[in-house]
Formats: sequence, C-alpha cells, structure tokens
Amino acid sequence: MESALLLEKTILVVVVFAITLFIAMYSTLVERKVAGFMQARFGPDRAGPFGLLQPLADGGKFFFKEEIIPAGAHKALFIAGPTIAMFTACISSAVIPWGQELTIGEKVFTLQVADINVGVLYIFGVVALGVYGIMIGGWASNNKYALMGAVRAASQSISYEIGMGLSLIALLMITGTLSLKEIVAQQEGFVNWNIWVQPLGFLIFLVCAFAECNRVPFDLAECETELIGGYNVEYSSMKLAFYMFAEYINMFVSSSLMAALYFGGYNFPFMYDLGLSQNWITIIGVLVFFAKILAFIFFFMWIRWTVPRFRYDQLMRLGWKILIPLAVANIVLTGIATIVKDTYF
Amino acid sequence: MNFWERMYLPAIVRGLGITIKYFFQPKATYKYPEVQRPYSKNFRGQHSLKRDEEGRERCTACGLCALSCPAEAITMISAERQKGEENLYREEKYAAVYEINMLRCIFCGLCEEACPKEAIFLDGSHVPPEQLRKDFIYGKDKLVEPRFDYKKEQKTIA
Repeated sequence: MESALLLEKTILVVVVFAITLFIAMYSTLVERKVAGFMQARFGPDRAGPFGLLQPLADGGKFFFKEEIIPAGAHKALFIAGPTIAMFTACISSAVIPWGQELTIGEKVFTLQVADINVGVLYIFGVVALGVYGIMIGGWASNNKYALMGAVRAASQSISYEIGMGLSLIALLMITGTLSLKEIVAQQEGFVNWNIWVQPLGFLIFLVCAFAECNRVPFDLAECETELIGGYNVEYSSMKLAFYMFAEYINMFVSSSLMAALYFGGYNFPFMYDLGLSQNWITIIGVLVFFAKILAFIFFFMWIRWTVPRFRYDQLMRLGWKILIPLAVANIVLTGIATIVKDTYF
Repeated sequence: MNFWERMYLPAIVRGLGITIKYFFQPKATYKYPEVQRPYSKNFRGQHSLKRDEEGRERCTACGLCALSCPAEAITMISAERQKGEENLYREEKYAAVYEINMLRCIFCGLCEEACPKEAIFLDGSHVPPEQLRKDFIYGKDKLVEPRFDYKKEQKTIA
C-alpha cells in the first residue's frame, strides 16, 4: 500500500512538474505572440509552424551562452539565487487540486499531490520564500542596479503580501477551511463560485498577485528603463533562464490559485446534470481548470501590454494606503454579511 | 481627478479594450521573404544602363550624369568605338569604364534627368548588402542591363 501510494504520488508529481515546465516554456512564446498581436505585429513565427519551436531555440541558445560569474560576486550565493527562485516556484504547485478523484478499476486516485489542511498557508509561505531567490541573487551580484532591484523586490513583496493575506482572510471566513481541496469542493457548479460573494476580495488578490509575481505594472524589481534589468543584470546563460522560468512558473501558480480560490477550480456549470460518469466529470474538470488557468495567464499578459509601470511611491501608496484598508473593510463587510445571513435567513 | 478617475480601474478597463481591439485587427507586418512589400511607382532603386532596340549600349560617355551627381558617385572613362563594334555601342563614343559608388549615391535621380540619351534609369530594387566597401562600387558588369536579342525574341513570340 505504502509503495503504491508513493508510486502514485511520484507519477503525479512528475506529471505536474512536466506540465508546469511545459506551460512556463510556452508562456514565453505566448507572451511574445500576445505582445505582437496587440501591437499589430505577428510575433515570432519563423521557428517551426507559427513559431512553435521558438522556446526550444531560446532554450538551446541559453544553454550555449557563456556562464559569467562577476569577479566581485559572492559565488555560492550567486548560484543559490536562481536555484532558490526556481525551487520555490516549482514546489508551490504541490497543494493545488487539479481535479476530483479518478477511479481506475478498484483504485481511486486523487489528482492532488498533497492535501494538507493548511494548503493556503503553505502557498503563502512558499511564495514569501520566493523573494529570497531574487534578494540573494541581486545582493550577491555586487552590482548597484541588481541591489536596487533586490531591495525593491523585497519591500514590494512584503507590502503586497499583507494585502493579499487580508483579502484571503475574508475568503476563509466564508469557506471556513484552509484546505484548498475543500475550498474548491465547496464551489460546486457555477453559482457557488467564490467570485460572486468576494468580488472585492478577488480584485485585491488579483492586484497583489501581479505584484507578487513581479509582473507589469509592478515589475519594479526588473524595470529595464530604470535599473537596466534589475536584480538579474549580472546573470547570463541558464541562470538567467532560471529567473525567467521562475517568473513564468509563479505566474502559472498564481493563475491556478486564483482559478481555484475564486473561480471554482475544476468545477464547471451543470457538471452533475449532464449524466456523465465520475471519471468523465473529473477529466472534463481538469480541462476546465486548465482553461481557466490559461485564461488568467492570458490576462496577465494582456495587462502587461496595456498598463504602464507604476512609480515606486505610487506602488507603495497603492499597497499600503488603498489595498490594505480596502482589504480590512472587506473583512468587516464579510463579517457583517455572515452574521446577518446567519441570524435572519 | 475626481474619485472615479482616481480609482484607475475604469481607465484600465478602457485600455484593455483598446489592446484587445488591436489583438484581433489585421496586422501591419509583411512576412518578408514570402511576401514582398511593393515599391511605390516613383521608387528610385539601383541604376541600370539601358540598351536600345538592337541591344546596343545607349551611353555615349558624355559625362553629364557624373557632372549632375551631387554626391559625386559616378566616374567613367570614355573610349572610341572601333570598326566592327557597331552592334555593341550605338554612339561613336562609349563608356569603357562606368562605375557608381553605391555607398555615395543618394538615389536623387539627377543622373536620370541629366542623361540626353535615356541611357540610365534608377529602376532597380534595393542595392543588396555586401561585406566589403569595395564591393559597393558597381562596374558595367552589374549596371548594364542584360543583352536581349530582340529579333530572336520576336521570332519565338510569333
């Protein structure tokens, strides 16, 4: 039994890891494609049909680039930076429930690597660790621009984690659990999605997710125009690719988190009214979940090519003076609504 | 700014509308090697030295093109037509060497206007890139249009 479980989980981990890397890889192409299409261009379309081999070409190029470690850099930490960034980005997808149970013969498979009862907290912890990759890498580069980028990344991530956490507390007050599996299971069908009861909370979470992922309009840690690349100026070759990959994986994980927390995860409308067997519901559910994730990834990119970067004081004002008070107000409103509902209905 | 404007969100939503509109609009790009962007009618490209109906070079090496050239890109050495060369050169004097430095040329078209013999026209395409500067000095081998046997051609058409 134990070894069977181990095998099952290992296969699931490998599959999830492969899908994560695949999506991160093709996010780089999609990003450039979306950028092109929104600027009346085609984007890369030379490598393979529709440019589908472009990520492979980019990856090959990254591998063959020279590894440069600056003379003044702290060598161990310089290497540790991208490793930590990549590592934390990859492990955060462990608690996301990709689908319901899959029954093959007598055996029931859960499509979730680890159903820990503090799933949301786990994600928070891992995401908070992610900034260490940027900080260590930026500091170890021995470069003023990299250091500026690292400092910015650290303070930005601290500021926006508060807003993010507070916006989630309102959600947790409704769901009453920290387990992601149960949160998703509660949002059965379409009308039970958390977005309908927590629109403000979702908006705050969305903005904070953009900031946590260092995405435009909050990409001050790596803004090209001010910091010539920010924390990763001194990086080359696959170490730079690791930072970029970590960013795209973070994007993927935040997209799946938003889809799971607010948009019902694998739930889709009329899922039990169509007369499908449980396995088919699970399979369609997984596809629906990935469709939601991809929609969010597209939204990330759509925002990137629409909204210009914030100035640093604007970023801080938005985080501390607008998002945090709004999130607190959201908690109070949710509390009042819950009491009113419990007392009178 | 009033409260609604300070919210940013309506403005961002409007911006998103603009970018998604462009997302679905036809693209301005020409996919170059497959699709070439057409030149305009009065485009001035690489020069060609013309021949007359009998395939003889029209240029008489009068030097007016070189004189009119503001960039001083044209040089030529003239020579006298010998007996038996009447089928090669139309006039009694011809350009033995005719060189245009394509790096100096500004494609203004004044040589075209100056030519009394209608021998030079800027009707080619772009000058292709080269590795060395000396390769941009085009001689008669590159400038004179290919010989075209009119009598033979008329027979094959008929």
